[in-house]
This record gives sequence, structure tokens and C-alpha cells, in this order.
Amino acid sequence: MEPGAVQTAVRDANLKGRGGAGFDAGQKWSFVPMDEAAIGPKYLVVNGDEMEPGSFKDRLLMEGDPHQLLEGAIIAAYAIQADVVYLFLRWEYRLAARRLERAIAEAYGHGLLGRGILGSGFSLELHLHISGGRYMCGEETGMLNAIEGRRANPRSKPPFPQTAGLWGNPTVVNNVETLCNVPHIINRGADWFRALSWTAEGGTKIYGASGRVASPGAWELPLGTTLRELLEQHAGGMQPGYRFRGLLPGGASTDFLTTDHLDIKMDFASVEAAGSRLGTGTMIVLDDRSCPVGMVLNLERFFARESCGWCTPCWGGLRQAVQLLEGLEAGRGREEDLAQLESLAAMLAPGHTFCALAPGAAEPLGSALRHFREDFERHVREARCPWSER
Amino acid sequence: MLSKDEKGEIEAEAARYETRQAAAIDAMRIVQRRRGWVSDEAIAELAAFLQMPAAQLDSVASFYNQIFRRPVGRHVIQICDSVSCWLTGYEPLRDHLARELGVGLGGTTADGRFTLLPVACLGACDQAPAMLVDEDLHTGLDAGSIGAILDRYR
Repeated sequence: MEPGAVQTAVRDANLKGRGGAGFDAGQKWSFVPMDEAAIGPKYLVVNGDEMEPGSFKDRLLMEGDPHQLLEGAIIAAYAIQADVVYLFLRWEYRLAARRLERAIAEAYGHGLLGRGILGSGFSLELHLHISGGRYMCGEETGMLNAIEGRRANPRSKPPFPQTAGLWGNPTVVNNVETLCNVPHIINRGADWFRALSWTAEGGTKIYGASGRVASPGAWELPLGTTLRELLEQHAGGMQPGYRFRGLLPGGASTDFLTTDHLDIKMDFASVEAAGSRLGTGTMIVLDDRSCPVGMVLNLERFFARESCGWCTPCWGGLRQAVQLLEGLEAGRGREEDLAQLESLAAMLAPGHTFCALAPGAAEPLGSALRHFREDFERHVREARCPWSER
Repeated sequence: MLSKDEKGEIEAEAARYETRQAAAIDAMRIVQRRRGWVSDEAIAELAAFLQMPAAQLDSVASFYNQIFRRPVGRHVIQICDSVSCWLTGYEPLRDHLARELGVGLGGTTADGRFTLLPVACLGACDQAPAMLVDEDLHTGLDAGSIGAILDRYR
């Protein structure tokens, strides 16, 4: 297959990026200049910086089948005619690092990496980059800065990485799960892949559930499996003694969904239509014995700590949100604090900040204020957290 | 002074990037693996070796969670404080650990055996609560199981 044919197959498969944003993977590749005149090397970056709280699918893929990921990365690199792959892995994933190191050595040993792969004219180097550790590294342009040995602040777009990425050269950043789909699309074809799902978006998805469900775990299922099936059949419902209150469908930076939403299909378009995001597809379940305000405080503390400080709405807004939520939890909350939190959630919406960190932080905050309003108001009225022991 | 081994390892990393500076994080980790942490003196030496300003390297060091700019104990405990662990009992677990060790988050025990740090989601949410001790992931933790785990680290 020519590189162009690989790109076409993946575009026809309708593979949406599995890192969280759901951008069309084939389309992403198509922005890379392919003419011979392209100056300097081209890069593929594998995003294995799974730091979205509540997400654990990429770790399972890298630990369980590192060869599948390498195969996907090599094919993707071929499709865009990249010269070098950087596999960006978070430091904390030690077992994945050991297994990937071994698999990379095996791939070089078998002539699947290096000069003239399998006697072809295509050469490719692949390096494992172990992160210094920061949520911002997961942001596409922050990751490029991290690989260049800088602080992982986001870069201004345009120019987009596909034309000016690592050291100013064309670069594609693809998520681990996205790339794990690629070998199967090439082996079996775009039609086969599209038919795997229940919806227009192609393929399967690694879904997961954590929190007080009976059987926390991760499952590969057709894209478009309903929330109800995931929760009731695969996660086995709630643990005895706990009742369901709501969930974040795809990691910390997604809007809460409630019992009203259980019949939605878990694909990018359907979850967005329901007012949230599929994100990483690994849901976090809130139970009735955990305080919604306390949960949101935990989330906002994470985002405030991980904010890079580059733009004011993010670092200032998140710090203020944490202070207000701490006040509510400590029994110092006032009625006007809820309006202030709502205004912060609106201020941190997309378009007001440099990257997606703050808008992601605003999603659980704004949606919790809508769905769990009464719980917030009780904190003010009773001047304490109703879940705290007295 | 950077040792011969340290310099050799850093050179090998630097060869994998377009610029020497790109090896900054790898270089600090190479030093940290041997010395436990990255001192002011190490920052100055590494910056000279990587041909970049020390102030710039320090700003990179302070950005990343896993680069330690202060001494740590022989073993580093990193307890996950993110949402799935919070839902399944991170706070009582953290308090139990702090009592057992006699130090709070960020502290090192008087005998230099343990440093206790918080860490963002370890990606073990289906087996929460979780912590790392050095490079080992421990999951499904409760107050009763912690003591036996710590006993393995002398």
C-alpha cells in the first residue's frame, strides 16, 4: 500500500481520535505536507501521557499488548512518511515502560524499525520519551514543548503541529488507543471497521468505570454502547449500600450526566448532544454516600495544581473556584458564592483561555451546579458539609 | 561533578533529539536516579553540559512533578489523590499513612526511610485507592494492608 492509500483507509474507517477530543484521525494526517520538497524530518508523537483523572485505558493497552501499539505507530508513521517517532509515556507507568522498551528492542531486532524496514525504502527511528510529569504534557502543543525539553506550556495555533510541530517540522500527535486501531483497519478494511460500531463513528472503544460500582474495570465494546449497558451489565451496577447519583462519562474534564441520560449511546456525537463529552470513555461514578461538592473540589484542586500559569483566567479562575468550594465544604459558604462559581464556570468556557485545560475544568463545575444544585444549597443553609461526620 | 557514567547516559539521550536542550528532562532524571534528587549544584553542572542557561533549566525542573529539587528519603511513596481514589477512600488512607509515618504530605521520616508525596491519577482507577512506592504500583489499598506493604521497603 502506498502512504496515501493508508491515509484513505483510515479516513474511510471514520476513526475518531480516542484521546478525548474525537478529531478524525485520517483527516489529521491529511494536513501533513507529503511532497518530496518538504524540508527536514517529519515526526509522529504517540501520546501515552494518560493523566486525565479516572482514565486507565491506555495503560492497559500498553501493558497488555505493546506490540499492537508499535505496529499502529509504524503504520501511522509510514502513512505520513515520518522519519522519527517519539513515544511519550508518563513516568508513573513503570510496567508499561519496561514492556515497551522490550517490545521496541524486539522490533529493531526483527528489522521492523530502523533503516530500510523489511527491505523497503522506508526507514524509521522510534524513541521512548519518559515524561517529567505534568497534566499539561497531554495537551498536543504542550507535549511538543515537553519533548523539546521545555516547560509544557501550550503553543499558539495556528500554525498547527501538522505543518510546524517539533523543532518547527511537520508533526502528528496521536493517542495510544487511536493508533492501536490502525493495524486492524489496514488488515481488515474500512468497511469491516465501521461495521463494528452501533453508530456512524467507526470501531470499538475501550470503556471503563471506576467509583463505587460492583465491578470496576475496562471493556472493549462497540462504539455507541449505551451508558445503561455499561453501568448495569459490565460494571454490575452499584456496590451494595451505595446508590447512583451521576457520573462523568469520560474523565475529570467532562460534564456530569445523571439517571436522565442512561439511555444515550456512548459515542462522540451522542454524548455531546446530551451536553457532555465522551472524552476518554472511562466513566467516574458518583454515589450517594460521597458529597458532590467534595468531588468537584477534588477535581478543581487537580486542575488548579496542574494549570501551567500561562494565562490568567485559568490560574486565577481555578484558584478562586478552589477557594469558594473549600469555603462551602468548611461551612463558610454564602448564597452569592454559588453565583460566583457559576460565573467562573462560564468565564472558563472555550474561547476564553489559551488551551483546553480550563474549559475542561469548567465542565464538571458548571454541570454539578446544575444537576446537584440542592446539594450546594444545603452546604450554605446548614453551614457545613452534610456528608461530613459530626 | 557529573560522573563519567552520567555524562555518557546524557550524551546517549541527547543524540535522540534535534537539540541538546531537549535532553534536559532525561538528564535531570539520570542524575536523580543516582542521587535521589537534583541539587542547585547539579542544575548548574547540567546546564553547562547541555549548553543552556541554569535559570532556564531550573524553570524546567520546577515545572515537572517527578523532578525532585529537595532531598527525599530512601523510598518515595506517591499516593494518588485524584477523583476515583477520593471516591474510594483516599483521605482516610492518607491520614492513616501520615500517622504511621509521623509526617504529612511532602515530609520525610526522621530516619530518612520514606518521603510521602501526593500524585495525580495513577491510572489504576478500577483498583482504587492506589499508590506508588518507588517504581512499584500498589492497588486496592486500605488501612489494614498498608503496614505490610511498607515493611517490604527498608
